Amino acid sequence: MAATFFGEVVKAPCRAGTEDEEEEEEAGRRETPEDREVRRQLARKREVRLLRRQTKTSLEVSLLEKYPCSKFIIAIGNNAVAFLSSFVMNSGVWEEVGCAKLWNEWCRTVDTAHLSPSEAFCVFYHLKSNPLVFVCQCSCYVAEDQQYQWLEKVFGSCPRRNMQITILTCRHVTDYKTSESTGSLPSPFLKALKTQNCKDTACCSLLEQPNIVHGLPAAVLSYCQVWKIPAILYLCYTDVMKLDLITVEAFKPILSSRSLKGLAKNIPQGTEVLKKLMTTNEIQSNIYT
Amino acid sequence: MFVPCGDWVPDLTGFTLLMPAVSVGNVGQLAIDLIISTLNMRKIGYFYTDCLVPMVGNNPYATAEDNSTELSTNAEVYSLPARKLVALQLRSIFIKYKSKSFCEKLLSWVQSSGCAKVIVLSSSHSYQRNDLQLRSTPFRYLLTPSVHKRIQNKIESLNWQEMEKSPCIPQMDDSEFCVRVPGGGITKTLYDESCSKEIQMAILLKFVSEGDNIPDALGLVEYLNEWLQIIKPCSDDPTTPALPWKIPSSWRLLFGSGLPPALF
Repeated sequence: MAATFFGEVVKAPCRAGTEDEEEEEEAGRRETPEDREVRRQLARKREVRLLRRQTKTSLEVSLLEKYPCSKFIIAIGNNAVAFLSSFVMNSGVWEEVGCAKLWNEWCRTVDTAHLSPSEAFCVFYHLKSNPLVFVCQCSCYVAEDQQYQWLEKVFGSCPRRNMQITILTCRHVTDYKTSESTGSLPSPFLKALKTQNCKDTACCSLLEQPNIVHGLPAAVLSYCQVWKIPAILYLCYTDVMKLDLITVEAFKPILSSRSLKGLAKNIPQGTEVLKKLMTTNEIQSNIYT
Repeated sequence: MFVPCGDWVPDLTGFTLLMPAVSVGNVGQLAIDLIISTLNMRKIGYFYTDCLVPMVGNNPYATAEDNSTELSTNAEVYSLPARKLVALQLRSIFIKYKSKSFCEKLLSWVQSSGCAKVIVLSSSHSYQRNDLQLRSTPFRYLLTPSVHKRIQNKIESLNWQEMEKSPCIPQMDDSEFCVRVPGGGITKTLYDESCSKEIQMAILLKFVSEGDNIPDALGLVEYLNEWLQIIKPCSDDPTTPALPWKIPSSWRLLFGSGLPPALF
């Protein structure tokens, strides 16, 4: 508890998150069979499912148990997704192999049977000319309690070390800790984190302590570190979190990295595709639509 | 579950496991950071679990350019075989409803790995103290019944204060008394489970409030040091450093980035 200057006594927030645990303990003692059933149903609603949209069937095994993979590029967030769409997926033919369906309080799309390309939120593709190369476009929010499930559904229970994983995502520049003021930083800028087994040189500087990453990118990188899979995360710190040309272009240095080399064949065309994507998005995103 | 860094599982038979409870002020975690950093403990594995919020970052105990790029995750295990010490560090909070499951998995690993005893570093809300506690030392300890008599005697000789029992339901006048650790996170669950599984566990905690908890962490490691003698106590020699505990490099910028000069 804490007393304010106005004479009220309020519950002081605890950054260790222990109030939730005490509530859970209390709730656990009072829990009835009906409460348990509600909790089970909520857990079922929040389950992550992998399915094939063409046939509307669920995948019986994890994605990488069904399809062999040597290179996996995961774009998380709208700017990273736009970068992959414009510069990597505009060359070659990419075939959709699966889609992750999930619900949480932040998802706005519920019906995955009729997803339009702009709404599609977690879709997996492989390159037709080299089916060992996979791409994941993830523009939905995967909540904390769903991240482990997402990993299980995609990577399965038998981690394979003979693949290279690249993750692309964005963070707001105010999340970046530095002894200077964040206002003076030349955003957007790239930082990288890589697992012990990743021998590639990053095409930007590594993320310095005390900075950390959380969310789905952290879940994937943790999995790769623990199971000794070579993986690299490219993090773009930006002051514009919505779809933005300058932020997307900040990922361009990665095109010459070992992970993406050979996949981006026509960069000027990519820039055109990106500009078109921006225009389409702008028309859709005014307050009257 | 425990996943070793190398290709083989290290033998932890007879080791003492030091671990934090994610608790008010994160004091236990800060204390474990100090221990790992000061003793230069080596990472031996990960605790890979779906119970903690995922996070990654570069080596929080980096001392130079060449050791600053080792990736760290949310639950890692470090060891110092010379002192038969192993430390588990937890760097994020529990996912809702998963804390009990974590305690079960952790204690199951403690038993299977052959650790002799567990010491949990924790904290409790200072505003929940009763009048007697307000007037006494802020440090408390708890031992499970199976703790070896030798350790019980040692603790008694230190004149430490045992954690007092308090009403199970504070609002009720005729409530039974039990061990409560408000703000202690999984401390109470670990204690109860260890009692029932006959695991030797000692809990060392401090009454704290949220804020700059570095002094609290330093206090807690000094308290632990009275018992374990991890590092030599401060001597009168003027050449020894004033602070025997090494602050990790990741403790920089704990309260945010630098301020814009235009503010002034």
